[in-house]
Amino acid sequence: MTELSKTGAAVGEPVSSPSDAPKAFLEVRDLKVHFPTDDGLVKSVDGLTFSVEKGKTLCVVGESGSGKSVTSLAIMGLHRLGARGKNVQMSGEIWLGGKELVNADPDEVRKLRGREMAMIFQDPLSAMHPYYTIGNQIVEAYRTHHKVSKKVARTRAIEMLDRVGIPEPGKRVDSYPHEFSGGMRQRAMIAMALVNNPELLIADEPTTALDVTVQAQILDLIRDLQKEFGSAVVLITHDLGVVAEIADDVLVMYGGRCVERGSADRVFERPQHPYTWGLLGSMPRIDRETSERLIPVKGQPPSLINVPSGCAFHPRCPYADLPKGNVTRTVRPELQLVDSGHYTACHLSQEDRTRIWTEEIAPKL
Amino acid sequence: MISYILRRTAAAAILLLVVSAVTFAIFFLLPRLAGQTADQLAQQYIGKSPTKADIIAVKHNLGLDQPVYVQYWHFIKGIVSGATYDLGPTTVHCDAPCFGYSFKTHQAVWPQLTSRLPITLSLAAGAAVLWLVSGVAIGVISALKPRSFFDRTFMGVALAGVSLPMFFTGNLALLLFTYKWPIFGRTYVPFMENPAQWANTLFPAWCSLALLYSAIYARLTRSGMLETMNEDFIRTARAKGLRERKVVVRHGLRAALTPIITVFGMDLGLLLGGAVITESVFSLHGVGEYAVDGITDNDLPQILGVTLLAAFFVVIANLLVDMLYAAADPRVRLS
Amino acid sequence: MSENNKKDGAGAVIPQQAAAPAHRAKSSESSEVLLRVQGLQKHFPIRKGVLQRQVGAVKAVDGIDFEVRKGETLGVVGESGCGKSTMGRVITRLQDPTGGTIEFEGRDITRLSASKMRPMRRDIQMIFQDPYGSLNPRHTIGSIVSAPFRLQNVEPEGGVKKEVQRLLELVGLSPEHYNRYPHEFSGGQRQRIGIARALALKPKLVVADEPVSALDVSIQAQVVNLMDDLQSELGLTYVIIAHDLSVVRHVSDRIAVMYLGKIVELADRTSLYEAPMHPYTKALMSAVPVPDPKRRGAKSERILLRGDVPSPIAPPSGCRFHTRCWKATQVCKTTEPPLIELRPGQRVACHHPENAPDQAPQDVVLLSAAREAVELVSGVESAEVSGTAPAELAAEDEAAATEEAATEAPAKAEAATEEAPVEEAAATEETGTASDSAGAEADRQESTDK
Repeated sequence: MTELSKTGAAVGEPVSSPSDAPKAFLEVRDLKVHFPTDDGLVKSVDGLTFSVEKGKTLCVVGESGSGKSVTSLAIMGLHRLGARGKNVQMSGEIWLGGKELVNADPDEVRKLRGREMAMIFQDPLSAMHPYYTIGNQIVEAYRTHHKVSKKVARTRAIEMLDRVGIPEPGKRVDSYPHEFSGGMRQRAMIAMALVNNPELLIADEPTTALDVTVQAQILDLIRDLQKEFGSAVVLITHDLGVVAEIADDVLVMYGGRCVERGSADRVFERPQHPYTWGLLGSMPRIDRETSERLIPVKGQPPSLINVPSGCAFHPRCPYADLPKGNVTRTVRPELQLVDSGHYTACHLSQEDRTRIWTEEIAPKL
Repeated sequence: MISYILRRTAAAAILLLVVSAVTFAIFFLLPRLAGQTADQLAQQYIGKSPTKADIIAVKHNLGLDQPVYVQYWHFIKGIVSGATYDLGPTTVHCDAPCFGYSFKTHQAVWPQLTSRLPITLSLAAGAAVLWLVSGVAIGVISALKPRSFFDRTFMGVALAGVSLPMFFTGNLALLLFTYKWPIFGRTYVPFMENPAQWANTLFPAWCSLALLYSAIYARLTRSGMLETMNEDFIRTARAKGLRERKVVVRHGLRAALTPIITVFGMDLGLLLGGAVITESVFSLHGVGEYAVDGITDNDLPQILGVTLLAAFFVVIANLLVDMLYAAADPRVRLS
Repeated sequence: MSENNKKDGAGAVIPQQAAAPAHRAKSSESSEVLLRVQGLQKHFPIRKGVLQRQVGAVKAVDGIDFEVRKGETLGVVGESGCGKSTMGRVITRLQDPTGGTIEFEGRDITRLSASKMRPMRRDIQMIFQDPYGSLNPRHTIGSIVSAPFRLQNVEPEGGVKKEVQRLLELVGLSPEHYNRYPHEFSGGQRQRIGIARALALKPKLVVADEPVSALDVSIQAQVVNLMDDLQSELGLTYVIIAHDLSVVRHVSDRIAVMYLGKIVELADRTSLYEAPMHPYTKALMSAVPVPDPKRRGAKSERILLRGDVPSPIAPPSGCRFHTRCWKATQVCKTTEPPLIELRPGQRVACHHPENAPDQAPQDVVLLSAAREAVELVSGVESAEVSGTAPAELAAEDEAAATEEAATEAPAKAEAATEEAPVEEAAATEETGTASDSAGAEADRQESTDK
């Protein structure tokens, strides 16, 4: 029994040995996605590892150019398609329900797309084809994976529209996307994504283009539907408020790498990485009077072609000189366990991190 | 929608009126501004060595001594109710719609136009089908594999196609396929008489014309497709798990082709007004040739007739294009 | 600041200001008014038919009053389509108002011609949302920032180039950037360039339309801090238009909340955020997610507004929010509530405000939208003293349904009776997803109007 509990303690450590059978429903291991361009190699994702269980929500947080969107496209196998994808270099593993996708036949991945994994996008107006009705687009999504008549598929489409809270679905099914309001469009988009009961839903900034009141509706809807369908959700966002609202686990990305990962409660309670602190300090909050200044992160996000050596965050990190020697500039920090299931990639010692957070950062937030 | 069509039709009618007035004014006023008198103008209508009395009679009968707006009014009236021209010794009647009477060729303009139109129509329609199909196909394939061998080759050929003048490609085609290896016929045969022969004769002309246009269309399609394939809705279509072919045709091409409708409509309209060079190169007796004849002979009624016909086709093509566009793109509301 | 005062004292300013005594009384308690807007309207005509007659109008801004005091920051919030951006473009006279007056430093600028407006442009500047679209890619930074000097024929002390370089330094860029092009800069830096351009002529009023919403979070904070510093350094007055309520709370002294072309609440920051009076303000603020997972469980704090904002072409009668409001009664549908000061420094346009005495206490019959929402927010209601008790509401429910069916317009009556039984059922069981009749109605209107 004692031995068992010992091995049990290992659960949640970074999954590193490549050929292990996956434990979680979605497991990404050491994923690298590089795009060769005329200016150099764009390392959009550079060694990313995470997992999501069914019924759980992982929020991937990061700024533009952190690689969060490419990660989601890579899981879907969409990064290969399109103009930029021709020469993409990709390594690592993506396990979805026991199937490995990185080295799988592209047509096999295509068959999974839309059926086992589906995706919703930031701007539902541009993400829907302007020339086809909402119904047609949902019918198409359904009939791609189900051999049914158009009539059956249409009934299914109406049912889904009803399920996502579109009034008079029987009538609205024949509307065009531009005839819907922003919130309705995102609902329709969700209906389209969920029409095949996918087990993984990836949402790339699903509420960024929406008003707050509509955002609240959509987040509620995603949460309800997840409860109903039990699917795993990967939600990509830059808004820590949304993360706090919906996430079970959080993954903070910076420069194509993961800098912090853990349960939402822990990451918000005791954030470990200076970049996470920076994000929290940059955000004005609606629930408090902040007469003082915001604490921005200095400088600009890194270029993915010339990711800074060592820790990618070191040029912007106020604590980069704290660790001895030149370690922050030369050595790339590995993810290390802080607490159960909570990891960070930072050269600061745990004592320093705890001290800085409790003494310097937290009081100012 | 109906209100839109009504409004557009009214606008088209007004536009045609303006075009006719401007053309009329140019051809009636310009000679006068250049110093020609009504006498000299009248002289053109009679032939060799006219007497002074003849000139005065013609001038009066044709209304050349009247102000230009009165003359224009007579012209418009002729379209509606026909006109009679008194040339002294002879009187010519021109039935409605009378778009003028050529005193040089002694023929009314309208019957000439109607008899020549089928030839121009045959030329334009055949070429249009050819260039649309080949241009779009080449454009799509190039767009899907940008910077590939195919793309570079065809874009090179396209560039050549655009830059080579019609009288070069046309004459080359004639030389090779009609004279050196006489595969194709030389004289135009109406479609109703013998469709095979009709196509056979027109084929070299179609190809020459299509080479020019398909080059433009291939480039248009290519850039349109490149842009469309980067759209978010294409990513959505792929995320559904559609096969790439379906993504390209159903989602990409559909959106990329719509703007091409506009260009196509305009091009076709222009061509129907007379493919001047093509018709002269291939000795087709179409509207274009009629226009050239009119210009070389300084025959005003002839030029005026062709100009109005061309304007008519362009305006109609424009209207059709707008309506087609609305049918293709539900976001466009005609109001 | 002293320069401004001198100018104000000199001109024929005083009589005009005296013409508006009602507002004068209030503004005297703090500093003087820089910009005063009264009854401002901006309608965009909709034309139809063969003769293109005007058949209606998008009432983007439909009668708003406010003033901006010297040195303060007025935040303007609202959802997309509420008219806040149009308002910004109208008060800077980038667009002409349909009605109402705009006074800047006591001078009526509402109908000034373009040439007369030109000198005023020095004092009123605008910062735009999109740092990509608002900078001409073919011009160097130097030429972009110095454009205001050229347009106004101003020769700054020490020459244009020196002044531009000083401005670039002021906004945290390097003077060496003078000869670079916009594409060489990141979004945050471009926004700094836009700010430098706006500040070139030392304006008194800067209207910023979503100045940070296109930027990354960490960069947002940089720009917010910069604007803050510039305000205290240069004594600027800001009107900041934004949809992000957190940002607005951070930057503003006073805040105007807009809904469908109207200001529904105008109050100082603390009053508005601590004790909002308009139900819409309250709902809007409760919808903002807070970066604290512990508060996630507190769903009772959240008021989930259903449906979408109705179309500004045919805004609802009476109070425009009544189609989505959980407190709406008959009077809300018939009478438009005036924007009145219910507490010092807090003006509200509502018949049944929160955190304040009811303005129409006799009117208790809830409208259908309110009855639909009541179940959702009953947690909030019972927790508050001012709210109507849920039990009372339930009792009223039945009567309301029948009464409403009778009072509704004939066309709508059918819908109302249809809805009634469903709503009664909904009072006892979970309604599930939003069957937002209001939103659907608005949508229908929208699509038919197009």
